[in-house]
Amino acid sequence: MIEPGSPDKGPAAPPALVKEHRAAPRRRNLWQLFREEFWAANTFMVTFLAVVLALVAGAIIMIIADPETRATWSYFFARPGDALQASWGLVSEAYANLFKGAIADPDQWNRWFWNMAPWQQALYPISETLQYAAPLALTGLSFAVAFRAGLFSIGAQGQATMGSIAGALAGFLISAPGWLHVPVALLCGLLGGMLWGFLPGWLKAKTGAHEVITTIMLNYIAFHFLTWIVIQKGIQDPSRSDAISSKVDETARLPLLFDPSLRANLGIVLALLATAFVGWMLKRSTFGFELRAVGANPDAARTAGMSVAATIILVMTLAGGLAGLGGATMVLGTAYALTPSVVGTIGFDGILVALLGRARPWGVLAAALLFGALQAGGNRMQSFSGISLELVGVIQALIAIFVAAPALVKAIVRLRESRTGGAAELAKG
Amino acid sequence: MTATTVPGVSGVDSGFWTRQRKTGVVLVALGLIAAVVFGLLATSKAARFAVGETTSGFALSIPGTLGAVLFGVLAIAAGAVLAATGRRFGLWTALSLAAFVASFLCWQVSQAPGTLNTLALGNLAKGSLELSLPLVLGALGGVLCERSGVVNVAIEGQFIAGAFAAAMFGTIAGSIWAGIIAASIGGLLISALLAVLAIRYLVDQVILGIVLNVFALSLTAFLYEQFMQKNQDAFNKPPRVPQWDIPVLGDIPIIGPTLFKANIFVYVALALVVAIHFGLFKTRWGLRTRAVGEHPTAADTLGVKVLGLRYRNVLLAGLVAGIGGATFTLLATTNFNKGMTSGLGFIALAALIFGRWNPVGAFLAALFFGFANQLAFSISALNSPIPTQFLSMLPYVATIVAVAGLVGRVRAPAADGKPYVYG
Repeated sequence: MIEPGSPDKGPAAPPALVKEHRAAPRRRNLWQLFREEFWAANTFMVTFLAVVLALVAGAIIMIIADPETRATWSYFFARPGDALQASWGLVSEAYANLFKGAIADPDQWNRWFWNMAPWQQALYPISETLQYAAPLALTGLSFAVAFRAGLFSIGAQGQATMGSIAGALAGFLISAPGWLHVPVALLCGLLGGMLWGFLPGWLKAKTGAHEVITTIMLNYIAFHFLTWIVIQKGIQDPSRSDAISSKVDETARLPLLFDPSLRANLGIVLALLATAFVGWMLKRSTFGFELRAVGANPDAARTAGMSVAATIILVMTLAGGLAGLGGATMVLGTAYALTPSVVGTIGFDGILVALLGRARPWGVLAAALLFGALQAGGNRMQSFSGISLELVGVIQALIAIFVAAPALVKAIVRLRESRTGGAAELAKG
Repeated sequence: MTATTVPGVSGVDSGFWTRQRKTGVVLVALGLIAAVVFGLLATSKAARFAVGETTSGFALSIPGTLGAVLFGVLAIAAGAVLAATGRRFGLWTALSLAAFVASFLCWQVSQAPGTLNTLALGNLAKGSLELSLPLVLGALGGVLCERSGVVNVAIEGQFIAGAFAAAMFGTIAGSIWAGIIAASIGGLLISALLAVLAIRYLVDQVILGIVLNVFALSLTAFLYEQFMQKNQDAFNKPPRVPQWDIPVLGDIPIIGPTLFKANIFVYVALALVVAIHFGLFKTRWGLRTRAVGEHPTAADTLGVKVLGLRYRNVLLAGLVAGIGGATFTLLATTNFNKGMTSGLGFIALAALIFGRWNPVGAFLAALFFGFANQLAFSISALNSPIPTQFLSMLPYVATIVAVAGLVGRVRAPAADGKPYVYG
């Protein structure tokens, strides 16, 4: 737990949190153990309840926004059954579609079991989830790495944009055999992102320019650069008049994991490797130690002989590379062509993912899978239940709010104090 | 904002080459570029600068090449003085940069084809101020928050909530006043979330701001799709604020159209800059706010209600930034659309930091950004050879250069972003 007086990062513990616990340990039966340890403000429980609470809030918004359901609440006291039934019908159907779109549709499994449908349809939801999760994991890792070094890098959006540009250019300007083309294109994406991460790092280290400002500005510059480059001769698709580039060569596209009809691709494997790498780097490598030291206390790190400036530059470059890779996987894995909106909002979503994953590598990957699932399920919820996809954004933001405010979750559901460390520590750098 | 200074980075200027002198050398180099490159690219045709709002009427005129070289030399001179003396940093920097911009304009205007070679300065000034309006109001909201020690990254969220509420309730009530009031309440709601979560539940404030932005953007987008899009006439046709023409004053060159043919938002923004500056530095409330932002423990010891003051200031900030949001839907000709604030809240945040957490500084920084933006519009109307996309980058590049070169290490209020717990 961080002291209230210590600089930066991490909310300080309110006095209530550090209250004395019973001095002598006593034997507890299973029920007491469950009540006191599991139903407490530990990381798992807070995360789980954050998701539940966000879904509940989403349901309330859904009910308010639906005119027919809202109408039944106007005579709630005359016939409460109507209102409850209508609301339950609306919400359960929407969330059922969310689940079916994200994880599995029992109908499809049933049909596959009886040989009435190919296996691809049964696997489709999972494939979509993995496909959405891959770039989110990479941009989430990007934010997490910088965050652990005490830096707020809002620049994943711009870095991903540059990565997607570099990756796509390598994808259709170079021709190479498949085994070489994919790595080369990914490497270009990595370098594009690294360049865009190096700049704010260098500016911060050399001039003290605040990284929040410079990364935000670089996001816009990258976006305008993208809108310029897609309409240049040799890059724009010759058969189109709108802003779209030629498609990347077949050889440069990321191999699909399951089947040509399913979009899950090598990107998720890449995300897995990146997670493992970042996990190893933070925990085991010298650089990771320096990074965390700089994040925890730059003065102490400098006194211990570390170069704070060099660490900042390296961290930002690395974070940029991860986000660039995320952008490259989007253009090489699913979109295949550059458009002004090719990377969507993965940069900003990555921040939420990192937050949900508590800036820890494997946590970030898990959070990315959850967000990917919400995205995939949201698509189905939109087309089957007519609930706007924007609701998914609301739910994601609410999850992040609840995760960031464990004290709020605790207050709402009356969780106990956790005996084994609070969940309040978001990112002890 | 946390950790604005990096220990371990050479922070102390020493010896002959102070930051001022180094900046002077950079300015000389810029001036050299202006004199040579812009001078060569400019044509001998006249570059005309009309003082009114349109290109007709009285205009200053100068041959393009001569103007570009002349202003370039002026920029070199001002930079050289700064490099030589190292004193009066603001004056010489501003002079040199202004000359650089003038040289650039001489090139751009003189190369415009046909009769396009006139730039309306009145329009440039008016457009700059109008484009900077939301930024001024947003940055002022930021000042109120951060001076009392709460980081406000949620300006974007306050904008979009304000813009949405202004469009929705302005349309329903059919009055701009209802729209403006609704907008400030919209901003207030986001601020209330920010205040409770940051002050009561001690959430990391930078993260909280980012999350609240996503929340406000998605929620307004969701409501837009559920209500507005289906029935634009009933919910999304807000009335527009009128332009008030003040008879004689409005005819003053350049300043006239900017200040005296303006709309209510211009006057509100200017009044708020003055009021908040006065309040912050001359009143008891201001002293307490600054004390709470710098050293809450000391303020608490002296009997200032730290948390109460923080709540009040954060809520006030929401009101102000919400009005900034209203400019999106009540001023411009576009109706509400999802994500229409397009990141301007972050630019307002940059203006706040660039302006060193000072109301007047933030106003000037926002104006600078509005000017760069309007310059990009004006130049693309001159058929410039520079692609419009690169002109659109101009404000952002200028901000990076300014933050990296001119401002250097800025210092946030000492307790900015740190929650305060009694006891």
